[in-house]
Amino acid sequence: MTKKDLGLLVLILVVGAVVAFINPRFLLPINIANTANQVGLFGLLSIAEAFVIITGGIELSIGSVVALLGVIFIDLIGNRGVPWPLAVVITLGIGVVIGIAHGTLVTRFKMQPFVVTLCGLLIYRGVARFYTADGTAGFAFGVSFPTLEWLTAGRVYGIPNSFICMVVVAIIAWIVLHRSVFGRHLFAIGKNEEAARFSGIRTGRTITAAYIICGALTALAAIYFAMYTRSISPASHGSFYELYAIAAAVLGGCSLRGGEGSIVGVVLGTILLQELQNLVNLLGIPSSLNFAVMGGVILIGVLADQQWTSLRARRQMSALAQSPAE
Amino acid sequence: MTDSLAPDRVVTVHPTPFLELADIRKAYPGVVALQGFSMTVAPGEVIGLVGENGAGKSTLMKILGGIVQPDHGTITIDGEPHAGLTVEESLRAGIAFVHQELNLFDNLDVAANIYIGREPTRAGLLRLVDRLALRALVAPLLKRVGAGFSPDTPVASLSLAQQQMVEIAKALSLDARLVILDEPTSSLPIAETDKLLAVIAGLKAQGIAVIFISHRLHEIERAADRVIVLRDGTLAGTLDRSQNTHDRMVKLMIGRDLKAQIGTHQARPGAVALEALGVRSPAYPHRQVNLQLRRGEILGLAGLVGAGRTELARVLFGVDARLGGEIRLDGKPIALASAADAVEKGIFLVPEDRKAAGILLDLPIAENVSLPNLRAHSRYFLVSRRKEAVTAETARRNLGIKAPTVLARTGSLSGGNQQKVVLAKWLAMNPKVIILDEPTRGIDIGAKAEIYRLMRDLAEAGVAVLMISSDMEEVIGVSDRIAVMHEGAISGTLEKRDFSQENVLLLAVGKPPAGMRQDGLDPLSKNLQKEERRLP
Repeated sequence: MTKKDLGLLVLILVVGAVVAFINPRFLLPINIANTANQVGLFGLLSIAEAFVIITGGIELSIGSVVALLGVIFIDLIGNRGVPWPLAVVITLGIGVVIGIAHGTLVTRFKMQPFVVTLCGLLIYRGVARFYTADGTAGFAFGVSFPTLEWLTAGRVYGIPNSFICMVVVAIIAWIVLHRSVFGRHLFAIGKNEEAARFSGIRTGRTITAAYIICGALTALAAIYFAMYTRSISPASHGSFYELYAIAAAVLGGCSLRGGEGSIVGVVLGTILLQELQNLVNLLGIPSSLNFAVMGGVILIGVLADQQWTSLRARRQMSALAQSPAE
Repeated sequence: MTDSLAPDRVVTVHPTPFLELADIRKAYPGVVALQGFSMTVAPGEVIGLVGENGAGKSTLMKILGGIVQPDHGTITIDGEPHAGLTVEESLRAGIAFVHQELNLFDNLDVAANIYIGREPTRAGLLRLVDRLALRALVAPLLKRVGAGFSPDTPVASLSLAQQQMVEIAKALSLDARLVILDEPTSSLPIAETDKLLAVIAGLKAQGIAVIFISHRLHEIERAADRVIVLRDGTLAGTLDRSQNTHDRMVKLMIGRDLKAQIGTHQARPGAVALEALGVRSPAYPHRQVNLQLRRGEILGLAGLVGAGRTELARVLFGVDARLGGEIRLDGKPIALASAADAVEKGIFLVPEDRKAAGILLDLPIAENVSLPNLRAHSRYFLVSRRKEAVTAETARRNLGIKAPTVLARTGSLSGGNQQKVVLAKWLAMNPKVIILDEPTRGIDIGAKAEIYRLMRDLAEAGVAVLMISSDMEEVIGVSDRIAVMHEGAISGTLEKRDFSQENVLLLAVGKPPAGMRQDGLDPLSKNLQKEERRLP
């Protein structure tokens, strides 16, 4: 855990204590479990986003992918009678294909990630609305999938399985990013792609792999979101989710220039965002102010962090100015 | 601009110094950076300033620039004594700096760069830039530095020497009386260097003093009226033009002989390791390169900047696709689609731009060293920090990398030690062929000697070493053979007995020296031979 992560944890605890003091309902098991479910769902997206941001890229189509894969998944199991394990595999497969497409456009055709994924955002949203003829996709009356429902919306000892799933994914992602050869390559590329290439790293493949991981995790999250909401109106489902994911990654210490970030930080960032969401509900702040509160906190958080860093840098510089020159 | 500085009226060197430093001392906690230092600068004087890194040059420059104040001593400007200078006082005294790394906006044109932040404007609310006035201001400045380009040339299209002219013109626009050039030639090829030396002569003729800092002693020898040698923060000696020789400077700088460091020995080159047959690079799509690099030799690749040497290196390393021809390794044709392919085959490159492509400045030394070879430092795809530390520690000892630990940030090391880290990552991987592009640029003499020694050790171990260098002394001193490039093709190869500055220069400009054995493979040389034969 880095100093940054620790600072974020302290912030989460302080905000939690203040909210709990004003409104003790914050600590009710039902409230905590609901928040944990949200953290699980959005945490998957934030981890997905982090992989791409660490390479120095950005993925803006996450929200639209959640909508498109959500309607496809529900259509497959609800209307077309596809067995749900097969539907899960198909959905994850489409996520992987989207990742391959984005990665190839970025690395082979040298397009800017912002442009590629902005187009993705528009395309997938449009396809999702066309797919359902702008109607709402939901389960037919009386249809149920006990195992799938338990896996996605169920609980173990009161802990939402979505949260458990996110924790498992986070642990694997932590090992991959912070301990594996692939993770090292990813950070090296984010820091300096040219130097990474000159060190014999296959940069194109590595970056594409990051987009594939992002696509697969987004697909997984899309299934969880679909099973959580149970009906999807493709025009609005998943709107702005990419921004939640980017916000959590940035709060968690990812630099949009690439090469920096930690999974612990990203998860903590997601927790803080959901805590703020919860705060708005519990403290009776008009829910229309929801976004404004979130934006304000992110702005202040990142500003404080940078001021702190530059203060430290200035101190270091003044110490250096006292020490000898060459 | 004062009239007396106009280029057509040559001012005779005024004997009275306008700037005088007396008994300057500057200490930092634990280290005395400069002590008992005195010097004078007279109008129109060209002073060479040499010394190893750490000798006190930077401190002296900081004092002149008003960035640090001396602890003791006086700085006298036009008869007025100061205990120290502020940045404003330094500017007002007419002291201008041209730094090694140029501070130009390459998206703007020459005129905009020279008057950036002080653009002449038209009357009116919008304060539009008065382009005509700007041009009229800049044109005479460019004439004074002898520049052949116009004020509206984009800076991006200028060569390095021309960009330096722009910086010098900018200094003139601020009415500089003393221009301090910090390592101006370290990234310049031979022909460009001559241009810069001509500019310095022009400044001198206009009565402007120049302090010229360089590691390239031959240029100092040619340009300076007087050489000041610093060693360990003290004045090691001053050499007047008559006594100023290369060997004397070196002796004063390091107190020993450089020849012994480069060493004289006989290479025993083995079989051909890497061969380029009709290879065409994107820089010169219509020229073919034929080159043979043998095991156990250091092949120097000389030529003017822009001759296509770096581009050839990029093709041989697989970062750029070749447009034609064949590359053979140990006699077998190889396909190189990426640098990763080259690395797998044991062909390594130490790139020209260390900071952009050689190393990751933010990473610790250990992570830089293991980066190309993480598979060997891992178990089940998980990186073993212990293995990594062992490799890096071995490299630190063998290469003499000066760093507190292998976990130190690579960016905190000196240039020479950073370059050793680049070398370390390849040495840990058993190279077959290693290509070094300007391996000692911007590195002080001590570290240079160590890099030469490492290259020689590699060659002795049977590695084929290709060294691209624009430093004539280095090419001749270090190489076993020299290949010279001219406009995208090899214009000739010199064996040790033919080594001379003149031969290298002639080939670099595309003229084969008389009576020299030609490289039979090269089409350009063949044509030239034919032409020679046709002569009566």
